[in-house]
Amino acid sequence: MKQVVFISGKGGTGKSTVVASLSRMVLDKMLVDCDVDAPNLHLLVEGERLLETDYFGVRQAMIDPLLCSQCGLCRQTCRFGAIGEDFAVEPMVCEGCGACLLVCPQEAISLRQVKTGQTYVDSTELGTFSHALLDIGAEGSGKLVTEVKKNLEEYKKDEAWVLVDGSPGIGCVVIASITGADAVVAVCEPTLSGKSDLARLLQVAAHFGIPAFVCVNKYDLNSGITKEIEDYCLKTDVPVIGRLQYEPGIVKALQSFQTPVEAGLTHITDEIGRIWSALALALDTEKKDEGGIA
Amino acid sequence: MRIAVLSGKGGTGKTTVSAGLAAAIGKCQYIDCDVEEPNGALFLHPQIASVSPVEVTVPVVDASKCNSCGRCAGVCQFHAISVVKRKVLMFHELCHHCGACSIACPQNAISETNREIGVVESDEAALFIQGRLHIGEPITIPIIQELKLRMRDDVPAILDCSPGASCTVVQTITGCDYCILVTEPTPFGLHDLKIAVALVRRMDIPFGVVINKAMDGNERMQQYCYDQEITVLMEIPFSRKIAKNYSRGILPVQDCREWQDRFVSLYKAIEGGAAS
Repeated sequence: MKQVVFISGKGGTGKSTVVASLSRMVLDKMLVDCDVDAPNLHLLVEGERLLETDYFGVRQAMIDPLLCSQCGLCRQTCRFGAIGEDFAVEPMVCEGCGACLLVCPQEAISLRQVKTGQTYVDSTELGTFSHALLDIGAEGSGKLVTEVKKNLEEYKKDEAWVLVDGSPGIGCVVIASITGADAVVAVCEPTLSGKSDLARLLQVAAHFGIPAFVCVNKYDLNSGITKEIEDYCLKTDVPVIGRLQYEPGIVKALQSFQTPVEAGLTHITDEIGRIWSALALALDTEKKDEGGIA
Repeated sequence: MRIAVLSGKGGTGKTTVSAGLAAAIGKCQYIDCDVEEPNGALFLHPQIASVSPVEVTVPVVDASKCNSCGRCAGVCQFHAISVVKRKVLMFHELCHHCGACSIACPQNAISETNREIGVVESDEAALFIQGRLHIGEPITIPIIQELKLRMRDDVPAILDCSPGASCTVVQTITGCDYCILVTEPTPFGLHDLKIAVALVRRMDIPFGVVINKAMDGNERMQQYCYDQEITVLMEIPFSRKIAKNYSRGILPVQDCREWQDRFVSLYKAIEGGAAS
């Protein structure tokens, strides 16, 4: 089983569109949405719920007012300023580190688990699909991502692939998403910001030693920058495995909850098919059938 | 006036709006809080005059004092320490800099040292500041805190957020007077807009929406804003010309007088309280 994570650095470059299209094209796979604070793949991949659980991702200090002698040691120790004048803990500020509990002479402080999100596993016609939703403004999104990937384990049926829709950025969520992956595919766009963000993202993949591939979306929007991106990839030894053209029809299709596959945008889906074949070939799968495409 | 620009979904046009607003109104402070992937500089072309490291404190163990008791690893809530074969291993990227391990150590073997996780860059007048997370680092909050310490009171501040609606965005918009939520009229955009709306409502910050890449088929978005009594501040059309200019680092306000005027009006509406 090979795990491929589609990421982008910059947001809105077309990750979910590519993953949703592949979900209709690649056989024998599982699906994951790791963009837990703004998930979108579930809008295009529906099924029957197998699992729905609350996720307790962080801890928070709680002071028992009956035991507290208001000595103030906890407040002096807390580096996050989470303990207020009235010896109540500010929930959005507390990191749950427990330093306060170590210094409290009254043993008045305990850590309690706090729910930070919800995880879901769905059975769909396209394969088992694991996703989640972080509670609004919650911490611990990286840990939730790890949980979403872990949830899939139980439902494995010897599928050949796990396709993972990633999140923008290069920080904790992305690091959690690409941990354990066999490859990342960076979906980028030929803009100055897209180029800058891609460079940082590829450095992160290299930092963690994960093979990276690049796909340029809307390549014809600025062929000069597409060329610069491809030159950069050549120089850094990252294969460019595809180019998708600027197609307003994709947005139109999305507005009716369709991927390019249902919308019949064959010039797009043919290229996505080629991208997949190139990737499968590069990852040298045991099944020599170009990745088992439908 | 402190205005934060956020979106939920990535790539909807936060930087187009925030950098556009900064360029249109002139004397203001633009703060790029998307420290994972900062892009404002590509459009605003600041002369960076200072680069300061953002450091956090992390523990170090004095091996001559350590007796491998494992208390430090036991109290660390972030799995940043483990004791293997009588040796203490520290995973500094995971450290939340709380100091619990040094409190717990019965041998007083743990001290702290500084570790750089990113930088803050600023122009001469601190009218442009941006944070930049170093490659491979997961934690962004200390950089955003450092950026916010440098916020000026004498000019309007425009804060460009990272995508999503997690703690990073909470940290950025805390203390802001107004939020602009940038969205696009797709099911993805609408889904993530609802998350962003829930966030700003919970934090009780006045807000309005900018619909970017607007085209026929906007009705669902319009209807949502109408039903929720949300002010639609502006619509920026779906246009290949705008997209092409954006690709070269040119904002609508930098290309066209009309957009300049529209962004100035947008700011005035927010400042005058007409937009909440």
